[in-house]
Amino acid sequence: MNFNPMAFVDNLKYMGIGMLSILIVMGVLILITVLLNRLGKKSKKDE
Amino acid sequence: MEILYENLLNVTWQQIVMWAIGGILIYLAIKKEMEPTLLLPIGFGAILVNLPLSGAITHGEEEGALTTLFEAGIANELFPLILFIGIGAMIDFGPLLSNPKLMIFGAAAQFGIFFTLCAASMFFDLKDAASIAIIGAADGPTSIVVANKLNSNYLGAIMVAAYSYMALVPIIQPPVIKLLTTKKERMIRMPYEQKEVKKSTRILFPIVITVIAGLVAPASVSLVGFLMFGNLIRECGVLNSLSETAQKVLANLVTIFLGITIASQMQAENFLALDTLLILGLGLFAFIFDTVGGVVFAKILNLFLKKKVNPMIGAAGISAFPMSGRIVHKMGLEEDPQNFLLMHSIGVNVSGQIASVIAGGLILNFFM
Repeated sequence: MNFNPMAFVDNLKYMGIGMLSILIVMGVLILITVLLNRLGKKSKKDE
Repeated sequence: MEILYENLLNVTWQQIVMWAIGGILIYLAIKKEMEPTLLLPIGFGAILVNLPLSGAITHGEEEGALTTLFEAGIANELFPLILFIGIGAMIDFGPLLSNPKLMIFGAAAQFGIFFTLCAASMFFDLKDAASIAIIGAADGPTSIVVANKLNSNYLGAIMVAAYSYMALVPIIQPPVIKLLTTKKERMIRMPYEQKEVKKSTRILFPIVITVIAGLVAPASVSLVGFLMFGNLIRECGVLNSLSETAQKVLANLVTIFLGITIASQMQAENFLALDTLLILGLGLFAFIFDTVGGVVFAKILNLFLKKKVNPMIGAAGISAFPMSGRIVHKMGLEEDPQNFLLMHSIGVNVSGQIASVIAGGLILNFFM
């Protein structure tokens, strides 16, 4: 184990990419869930 | 007579410290009822493996039962994955499906993982830093799988930190939430509108999540897949007996072995080191910044929303299920006895479960 403070700055890119990726994935999941709910409602109306 | 006391001479002060740590974990489990299903077996196991020449762990040619269990169930990730079937069967995604927007808070509350990755990289190499950061997933199985796949040298400390902090969520989160929110914000009411969720939606949801998570983060697809398989058993409506078994018998059986097997990694010579203390500190750091990420994100959203959300629900985005959701609900009631946040906070909490697994997959994508 050694102490390298610059590593914090060097690895900030992982934080940026990671948070952006997870927000995008969860955004896609929200859209799909909304779509699933809409399809569910539609089929209920059809019945 | 010598045979009765000769092993006593092999006791080291480090082992005595580990007995004390085991004792504290057992005390917390029984007296404070903090995650007793895990802290009690871990605490007892810590004492068991730190008896001099303990036959529970492997010494040279002599195989120990706990080492064998570790190789059979944790080194190959089997126990955490099987446990995920049980957890999946326990989770009701209903509150989330009726208000899917809540999922965004689950994403925001993974901030602590990525922030801790940067912090840990100052002390450890990147793979170990990533394994330590995933303690912030607040999700034991994900921590085990990620640390294992990244061949971390600190698996024992990471597992202990992950499970201990999950138990300490009721102590860690409230002061952070209070620090970041005003009384007025904590009193924001969020009326819950009960919406019917179609059975077909409940069935398709775990399948769709598995496919998407598998496409984005293939390395963690087993985690998502087992979690969602458990949920599909629950929601399909034709496997009630299996669902009940997964929720109770299966989850309990695996938990018994998981806790005591984790303790096999708590041998004094490996555990009592500066690195371990630093990992415990970074784990706490990750939990705190997960909470910060969720609450601050909710506060930022409130700048743009007409119908404000109670920023405390952002804190429930860490996946410590269902403790985190309950804490937020309780804190809401403390400020205003008529403020019922439970359905929202539990919705955010289960989305945190999904998000933490995806975050684990992303970490594996980065470093495998």
